[in-house]
Amino acid sequence: MMTLLILAILVLLIIAIARIVRIVELANELSGEDDSVINESDNKFNGRMLFFIMFATFGYFGWVTMKYKQFLLPESASVHGLATDRMLWITFAIIIAVFVVTQILLFTFAFKYSHDKSRRGLFYPDDHKLEILWTALPTIVLITLVGYGLMVWNKITAPAPKDAVVIELYGKQFDWTVRYGGKDNNLGKSNFRLITDNNVVGIDYTDEKGKDDIIVKELHLPVGKDVLLVLHSRDVIHSAYLPHFRTQMNCVPGMSTQFHLVPRLTTAAMRLITKNDKFDYVLLCNKVCGVAHYNMALKVICDSPEEYAAWMKSQKTVAESMSQAAEPAM
Amino acid sequence: MSDNKQAHGTEIPQNEQLLEYHSEVWAQHHAHHDAPEEKPNFWSHYIFSTDHKMISKQFLITAIFMAVAGMFLSTMFRLQLGWPEQKFMFLETLLGKWGEGGKLNPNFYLAAVTIHGTILVFMVLTGGLSGTFANLLIPLQIGARDMASGFLNMLSYWFFFASSAVMLSSLFIETGAASGGWTIYPPLSALPQAMPGSGLGMTLWLISMVLFIVSSLLGGINYVCTILNLRTRGMSMTRLPLTIWAFMITAILGILSFPVLFAAALLLVFDRSMGTSFYLSDIFIDGHALDYSGGSPILYQHLFWFLGHPEVYIILLPALGVTSEVIAVQSRKPIFGYKAMVGSMLVIAFLSFIVWGHHMFVTGMNPFLGSVFVFTTLLVAIPSAVKTFNYLATLWKANIVLSPAMLFAIGLVSFFITGGLTGIILGNSALDINIHDTYFVVAHFHIVMGSSAIFGMFAGVYHWFPRMFGRMMNKHMGYLHFWLTFASVYGVFFPMHFLGLAGVPRRYYADTAWEGFHTLANVNSMISIFAFIGAFAQFVFIFNFFYSIFRGRKAVQNPWRSNTLEWNAPVEHLHGNWPGAIPVVHRWAYDYSKPNADEDFIDQTIPYSQTTKSNLPMET
Repeated sequence: MMTLLILAILVLLIIAIARIVRIVELANELSGEDDSVINESDNKFNGRMLFFIMFATFGYFGWVTMKYKQFLLPESASVHGLATDRMLWITFAIIIAVFVVTQILLFTFAFKYSHDKSRRGLFYPDDHKLEILWTALPTIVLITLVGYGLMVWNKITAPAPKDAVVIELYGKQFDWTVRYGGKDNNLGKSNFRLITDNNVVGIDYTDEKGKDDIIVKELHLPVGKDVLLVLHSRDVIHSAYLPHFRTQMNCVPGMSTQFHLVPRLTTAAMRLITKNDKFDYVLLCNKVCGVAHYNMALKVICDSPEEYAAWMKSQKTVAESMSQAAEPAM
Repeated sequence: MSDNKQAHGTEIPQNEQLLEYHSEVWAQHHAHHDAPEEKPNFWSHYIFSTDHKMISKQFLITAIFMAVAGMFLSTMFRLQLGWPEQKFMFLETLLGKWGEGGKLNPNFYLAAVTIHGTILVFMVLTGGLSGTFANLLIPLQIGARDMASGFLNMLSYWFFFASSAVMLSSLFIETGAASGGWTIYPPLSALPQAMPGSGLGMTLWLISMVLFIVSSLLGGINYVCTILNLRTRGMSMTRLPLTIWAFMITAILGILSFPVLFAAALLLVFDRSMGTSFYLSDIFIDGHALDYSGGSPILYQHLFWFLGHPEVYIILLPALGVTSEVIAVQSRKPIFGYKAMVGSMLVIAFLSFIVWGHHMFVTGMNPFLGSVFVFTTLLVAIPSAVKTFNYLATLWKANIVLSPAMLFAIGLVSFFITGGLTGIILGNSALDINIHDTYFVVAHFHIVMGSSAIFGMFAGVYHWFPRMFGRMMNKHMGYLHFWLTFASVYGVFFPMHFLGLAGVPRRYYADTAWEGFHTLANVNSMISIFAFIGAFAQFVFIFNFFYSIFRGRKAVQNPWRSNTLEWNAPVEHLHGNWPGAIPVVHRWAYDYSKPNADEDFIDQTIPYSQTTKSNLPMET
């Protein structure tokens, strides 16, 4: 019933608009005005509107910026993030300057040079000097930005030091599993064919290196240490996105990807910075992976070295949980 | 014809007698050509027409229909994103099981996002934009009777129609339409176990896309052949309006890149149906280890983006071409730097083939390869900047008629700048790793290619409507449409940059993953309100469009006082475009406001000998 009513209202509305348009047209016909030819008052009105909308747009942009800047990510929790943040704001400074200048020129010209019967446009088909100027300027700016960007990029993607803590992030629909290399900081072999309900990452129990591995459902990062994230997926592509650490990397079935970072702020430190004592870091899936994609998150805790060591100690190794699981049966 | 080359050649005959002779040859040639044609009936005139003007209208109206479908889907998911807690009982009536209990089903949400993207990218802004304006303008602006092959042209439309129909039908099946995002990355799209949309819905998506590629290739080959071979006498390449350059470069991009998408889709079909492992390896899903081994999902991404990136320019270049023409005509001024405009389009087109890796910085690609793509990607900004500055220089000291088409063209330039600038951030890999796949990307591409291209399309429709239908569109509704749409584009997409910088991933059904996102709810409802205003504005356009087809004022022959040949043909459409001989061209397309000329425009067919007062030194 409700739907019928809505439909009826819509139809009536369209008919009403059609009638109004017809009336306006007839009125225009009577007054001899043509509603298809652009006349001087159209030019004047829309020229002013363009000038006005320029201020309105700038105003809106400013208002949105003031209102929403509180939502921007807090200072970077990883070391490389400091460099990328600095680069981001430098790039923003450049593009905002270009944005403001070009938009002002665009709308001001459109307003200032709107049609006037007594005038003619300037016949000005080209000017090589000007064109060389505005080819060269962007080239210089962009080459600078490319050079800057690649310098930062090369630093970020440099190989991790040998003693980096190796942590495997294992994605599946729709959760994450974290595996630490244990005492030997070495991940044991795994194979997707060995996956069972109790062996979610498919650990190969015959591999000695895997015996001391630790498998958990929380990501603990040691502050100030080099961390090498090794990423895997067992079904579709996922992406491990750590917004506060300014990084993400895809998890691709059939291959292994990695990312090296150095956390620099513990969860406790970040709680002080954000003035939110419930704050927690998060790892989000950032590659659409199915119906619960939007809920595929993992709690991330960045520990001080002592906390990290204590937490590590309290965790069971693969060998320990195996023997425990086996005991009752014996 | 033995003197074909001469007749189609680029040199300008000096001799008036020679000129007359050629006109006669042309007329005879075409009279002969047209002779076997029968009198058109309803079917051959409106449905299976081989006339480029009718095919152009068919493309446009189909694209409008598809755009409404795409827009409807976007209002559905904006409703969910704006008010995730709210129940809307009418959704149940509207969507059936996909809106059960007044809540949008998360699977339908993903399908809506996917099909919205697919329809807008392919059906509206590729098929619709190129199909409408390349078809309408190529023969008319180069002075040809029709496309090189009217039959292939007709096939191109009907493949497009079939493709659109299959895509729409996929929304109505039990398991839902394809839902893995418009880029349909495997393994998600390859395995029906991964999500319901990867079943029949994905099969239909692939069928639709294959049909679309056929349509696009048939069209593209035709456009290139026509432009290269059927230009009227005197229409050298450097006298072509910029629209034609844009359509030609676009068609070449399509011809070179769509076959790669075809290959990608074909391999995906093999993986889905025949047990091959091109894209699949080491997969455990639904309690089973699958037998696929040795494939790489990343291979698909390379193939996809080898089309996907040129596709951005397949969408954008025709819009820029239309804008160049509209801006020149309505500014009553020659386009500034014609050669630089052509050159920058060529450079953009070339670069578009070597930048695809910037979509893949976080796939685990070798970082050095990433550096190469950073370099090539940021180079694109140089020709884009040249184009922008040339538009600004065209507006400088112009005498601008602010028709609705001109307003949309100005809007395009504004979006092209805004969206292009954020591309400088995304193209730099070190910055991309933090905002990749967030709302920052959504904001960027919706402004720079979505809104820009659709504004180019609107500019084209308002500008060439009199040429298409012989009537004028209502200007008041045109202005209303522009102002509402312009405001809602920035209203919707500007705040999205902040969502992206806050770390909100795209394609999220709700903000429940992390408590920090809850505070962003009112940003989303504001975005949704602007989106609904924008959607409403499109009905003003649609109403104006269909109303004016039947009731608009009769158009005069050259309503915008333009130089180009399409306005030289009679208002009434006739197969073959010109009743007598084909016009001969004597000058470039942009002699506007020439000093000492009688009028502020000089038709391309007027020889220099008739404009001795206004000729430049080298033109005598």
